[in-house]
Amino acid sequence: MARSINIIYFAWVRERLGIDQEQVSLGDEIETIADVLNMLGEREAAYADIFADVEKLRFALDQDYGLSTSLIGSARELAIFPPVTGG
Amino acid sequence: MIKIEVGPADFDIGAETQHVAGQGGGAIASFVGQVRDDGNLASLELEHYPAMTQKALREIAEKAVSDWTLHAVTIVHRVGKLSVGDNIVLVITGSDHRQAAIEACSFIMDKLKTVAPFWKKEIRADGAVKWIEERASDVEASEKWQR
Repeated sequence: MARSINIIYFAWVRERLGIDQEQVSLGDEIETIADVLNMLGEREAAYADIFADVEKLRFALDQDYGLSTSLIGSARELAIFPPVTGG
Repeated sequence: MIKIEVGPADFDIGAETQHVAGQGGGAIASFVGQVRDDGNLASLELEHYPAMTQKALREIAEKAVSDWTLHAVTIVHRVGKLSVGDNIVLVITGSDHRQAAIEACSFIMDKLKTVAPFWKKEIRADGAVKWIEERASDVEASEKWQR
């Protein structure tokens, strides 16, 4: 059965993509956050540009920080954003 | 004992301090962060990830309470459009002893700046707009807390 995940974007990632969230279907071959990034990058060049340097991005799976190598597992929400700058 | 508020509303430092002081101990420390005038800044826009912000701030506060034996922690962080001189963030810690309250307050701010999902956008007087970037000194300050 096909899995899907809600991907949400913040700050300049959101502005550059022009959307704040999207529901994406994940094939069985998609295991990690990096796999999701590659899949989106292959779909549209704009994604590939924005995701080119993963050092400039931070990720959260179901509101907990993850790495690009983290397994998606059964997570329902993936957030992609720049390093935080609050306070 | 842990109070966390995130929203556009300003805060009343006196009232928030009373709230922490009313929960025991005799040592109250606080930090207030405001929008700094660095020359031609018109305003800041603060964005956050609501579902994660509460969770991240609560985890930081809980760690501070257990590591420094605090009676109370209050964290208030504003979002939305803020002008030069406006309050951004308030952290208040209450403990039995001065050092615990001050250290815990410093710990919370260092972690908040590097972990809590907020982002600031600068709007300059000439209309130029820029997302603020992470500072290496903030990351170092956060990493020094190995307790």
